[in-house]
Amino acid sequence: MELREKAKQLLESGDVKAVLGFEPGTHGARRPAFARSAARAERLVHDGEQNLASYVTRKEVKRMGRVAVAAKAPVLRALLQLMAERQIKEQDVLPLAVDAAGQVKELATAQEMEEHLALEAQAIPPADRELMDRLNGMTRQERWAFWQKELSRCIKCYACRNSCPMCYCDHCTMDCNRPQWVPVPSHALGNLEYHMVRAMHLAGRCVECGDCGRACPVGIPIHLLTFNAEESVHAQFGQKAGASSKLDYALSTFRPDDKETFIR
Amino acid sequence: MTEPFEPKITAFVCNWCTYAGADLTGTSRIKYQSNVRVLRLPCTGRIDFMLLAKAFARGADGIIISGCHPNDCHYTSGNYHARRRWMIYRNLMDFMGIDTQRITFSWVSAAEGAKWAELVNEVTTSIRAMGPYAEYKELAAAGVE
Amino acid sequence: MADMYQLSSASLDALFAAISASGRRILAPTDRDGRSELNPVTSPSQVAKDYVQTALSAKDTVFPKVERLLSYTLAPGQVDLADAEPQAVPTVVFGIRPCEAGGFQALDAVFNWDTRDRFFNARMEQLTVIGMGCTRRDDACFCTSVGGGPGSAKGSDILLTPTAGGYLAEVLTPKGEAIRALAPEAFKPAAGADRSMLVEVPARFDQPALTAKLPALFDSPLWAEQSLRCVGCGACAFVCPTCVCFDIQEEADAKSGRRLRAWDSCGYHMFTLHASGHNPRETQGQRWRQRVYHKFSYYPERYGMLGCVGCGKCTRACPVDMNLQEHLLEASQA
Repeated sequence: MELREKAKQLLESGDVKAVLGFEPGTHGARRPAFARSAARAERLVHDGEQNLASYVTRKEVKRMGRVAVAAKAPVLRALLQLMAERQIKEQDVLPLAVDAAGQVKELATAQEMEEHLALEAQAIPPADRELMDRLNGMTRQERWAFWQKELSRCIKCYACRNSCPMCYCDHCTMDCNRPQWVPVPSHALGNLEYHMVRAMHLAGRCVECGDCGRACPVGIPIHLLTFNAEESVHAQFGQKAGASSKLDYALSTFRPDDKETFIR
Repeated sequence: MTEPFEPKITAFVCNWCTYAGADLTGTSRIKYQSNVRVLRLPCTGRIDFMLLAKAFARGADGIIISGCHPNDCHYTSGNYHARRRWMIYRNLMDFMGIDTQRITFSWVSAAEGAKWAELVNEVTTSIRAMGPYAEYKELAAAGVE
Repeated sequence: MADMYQLSSASLDALFAAISASGRRILAPTDRDGRSELNPVTSPSQVAKDYVQTALSAKDTVFPKVERLLSYTLAPGQVDLADAEPQAVPTVVFGIRPCEAGGFQALDAVFNWDTRDRFFNARMEQLTVIGMGCTRRDDACFCTSVGGGPGSAKGSDILLTPTAGGYLAEVLTPKGEAIRALAPEAFKPAAGADRSMLVEVPARFDQPALTAKLPALFDSPLWAEQSLRCVGCGACAFVCPTCVCFDIQEEADAKSGRRLRAWDSCGYHMFTLHASGHNPRETQGQRWRQRVYHKFSYYPERYGMLGCVGCGKCTRACPVDMNLQEHLLEASQA
């Protein structure tokens, strides 16, 4: 069954109160769409890029009731991570995985989601891999110059933070002002510190969807910072965000024999 | 006549091990270079990674972070959490182009007065050779019209 | 007051050189990885050729993303307070679109409403706008629906309209004349007003009808529905040539401090949060409605102009394609 059919079926039976998918938008791009009636479900497609899991923690969406979500791998990972962090319950969401032929599979339980994910190879997109490798191959000074140039363009709009499914804090650290730990204005230090904090707050939690980089209105490849933090966690501790609905967060756990090379 | 550069080193140390160890250095009358400003925290586990970034922003040329050896933390596991945090943050800082050579992490126990002196002397000499962390100081002043 | 001239592409070099020699910096759209952004340039060869619009607007020249208002130092029993002097560098902004040029008046309406904002005014005084008419548009553009157009002169000191081999140059203000006077040989008399290369921008919706209708739509469920996908970031407000909201931040320690003004967005969930904890715009629907109403209802009521120039930057910048003209069309049909 295709997404539109499935959406209509779910809405008509009352199984879910809304189906989150995509619809065609400006310049042929896809944008998130909420179908709450069979009529709206007519326009749903599944091949957008934004991570729809960022909507399931919002008050307006929670108030709707159970929602179905068109779920590619990063969305599934995000939903599992949100369950692990107790932001949503298994019964609140119904992920709909869509295969190459456009056929929908309901993944009603965390276990089904985990099993489905295990079948999909996940790697960051080749263009990002290439840029990461290029950055890692630069000298430290070259990387500093690169990030200073990029971050000088940041306008602190928080499109990156707000698109991220894992940035769901009601009062983000940027919103707290007693004390103002990270500067709000978009001067050089404020930009550096904000992105540093965001990357660290996502280390071990980032599901590598790349939404933050896509969202940036000035085209800063900001997703590479969170990718770096996530890869660092995976390489050094073996833990991976969004692999399971049971929390396995690298920065709140430890092993007495964690190995490092730099502590004297 | 310009004065020769003397680095500012900020040290974040835990109360129970390294701070006590540094105290022992003093009571043992071991001399060491005086460029270090020691900030005492209850445990390395309490060290927010941003404290390091803010030390640089405030003009530190070098940073020392030091606490109890693994398995000896006064709060049992604070230093294990700190270690994990540093392993990630250090990579991130390096990826962003921050000079991680200017940051030294160590385990110094309450009995290691000599080690503290040796550590501070080595770090101070090495940072003096590197010069001031000008890039970061420029950053801290930049971007405001 | 429009004096018409013909400016050949070849004579731009001389014009740029003369402007730079007069001590003014030139900002123009430059290419960057398929996007264009306003950057300092010295030569016309650096100016982007084939672009619709820059992602950010030129408002940064008069209302920067962060600026210092004052600074102070503290000593026992003493505070030394220093007003900041606005860093108003004489500037020519070259090649911004007529829609963006039209945005300056909306900024002026707020910055000179009751208090005369000396930071904005100091910068505005030092700014000369050389607008560039549009030969291309995209689906996000809707200038003609809000009283603008690809050849609109509003806000430009000199308006350039592309023609074969160069530009029709209309000198519209004394500031524009001062620039022309720097390189008078570059400005030949114009044979006529050739605007044939300007692109057509179809009207999308009836704005006066919408503005008249908005008061009745205040409680409509439409706004909540339209904003379901909005993520509540500040991208639209920050790229917008007319958005003017700002935050004041103090950055201080025990010895010194500075007070800064920075861009803010009504889309942020804490924008209207009161100290009591009450938030009159608690839902994204209310915040989205505010955005629309501010631009299309309150601005006309209060300042006699729209708070939108139809540039479409918000639509292009939005991570989830909150297409403004689409939403406005829907509202006008509600």
